[in-house]
Amino acid sequence: MNFLALERWSPYAAGAGIGLLSCIAFLLSDKPIGCSTAFARTSGMIEKLFRGNKVNEKPYYQKFLPVVDWEWMLVLGIILGAFISAKLSGQFRLEWIPGLWAGAVGTSVFPRFIVALIGGVIMGFGARWAGGCTSGHGISGTLQLAVSSWIAACCFFIGGIATAMFLFKLLFKG
Amino acid sequence: MFKTLHEKKGLQLFIGFLIGIGFGFCLQKGGVTNYDVIIGQLLFTDHTVVKIMLTAMLVGMIGVHILKSKGLANLHPKPGSLGTSVIGSLIFGVGFGTLGYCPGTVAGAAAQGNLDAIFGGIVGILIGAGIFAALFPKLRKGILQRGDFGDLTFPRLLKVNPWIIVAPVAVMVLCLLYWIEQTGL
Repeated sequence: MNFLALERWSPYAAGAGIGLLSCIAFLLSDKPIGCSTAFARTSGMIEKLFRGNKVNEKPYYQKFLPVVDWEWMLVLGIILGAFISAKLSGQFRLEWIPGLWAGAVGTSVFPRFIVALIGGVIMGFGARWAGGCTSGHGISGTLQLAVSSWIAACCFFIGGIATAMFLFKLLFKG
Repeated sequence: MFKTLHEKKGLQLFIGFLIGIGFGFCLQKGGVTNYDVIIGQLLFTDHTVVKIMLTAMLVGMIGVHILKSKGLANLHPKPGSLGTSVIGSLIFGVGFGTLGYCPGTVAGAAAQGNLDAIFGGIVGILIGAGIFAALFPKLRKGILQRGDFGDLTFPRLLKVNPWIIVAPVAVMVLCLLYWIEQTGL
């Protein structure tokens, strides 16, 4: 069982594992793997804590009820699975600043926090606008040969590459 | 034969949870729960993300189409329009490049202790999803419907047997992976 404690698997092994899990999801649950809807549902649940059942009247939450569903449990599972994996290889540690960021910007927490927060807001907004994310469109959608997902996957990377290049080649260097 | 299983609600939540554990494990072991690996991909210095996504897509595409041809799986392609698939995905990409995680890997990054993923990424995504829910009534009648093409797949668009598309796409993916390996990235 040594391979479970490795720090890294070959990307082909990790990818094949995800591909097999996709097949299992279709077979056992009749569902494609996806993540971003769970965030929308959670957002609705949190809003309900403050505004009560009025939130259920919002057209978006009538489409995506703010309740725990299959995909929500999947995201909960991701957290546990990644935690187990990191623990087994001794990689779990609390850390604010990733290495690449530290090299380009520095090690103070506030800039990284703010940029991550802004990035998260834009991505959460974009994921719901696009109707999926890197797993729902990028893997599950492309493997079904869905036209919407192939367009989405290309645009995810066009937007991502342009933004990362702008940040790391221009802004952080200036 | 799995129809009755699909209808068992509680059991389904548990299956989703188990598949999630496997998914999170693979993401972490593959290294894509790391900011450096994802940003490295967007800067073309590390091709781990593309290798994992293409391999997952290849294995899943062949597997799911085999299941489908045996009557064991149904496809659920997402509907789309130029307004959603192009504009929404470009917005997503800007967030992706800024945050350095995606909605799945941010959960994995949080679980391995990355505080920027928890307090920045996850909180941000929840806020962003909430903003979209608030604007949805205004957006849905306008831009989201521009160039609507529904839940179209390439085999249906070209009116061919799915395997006519699956086979060349599989070859293309293998060639692309081989080329990435050859160029030493």
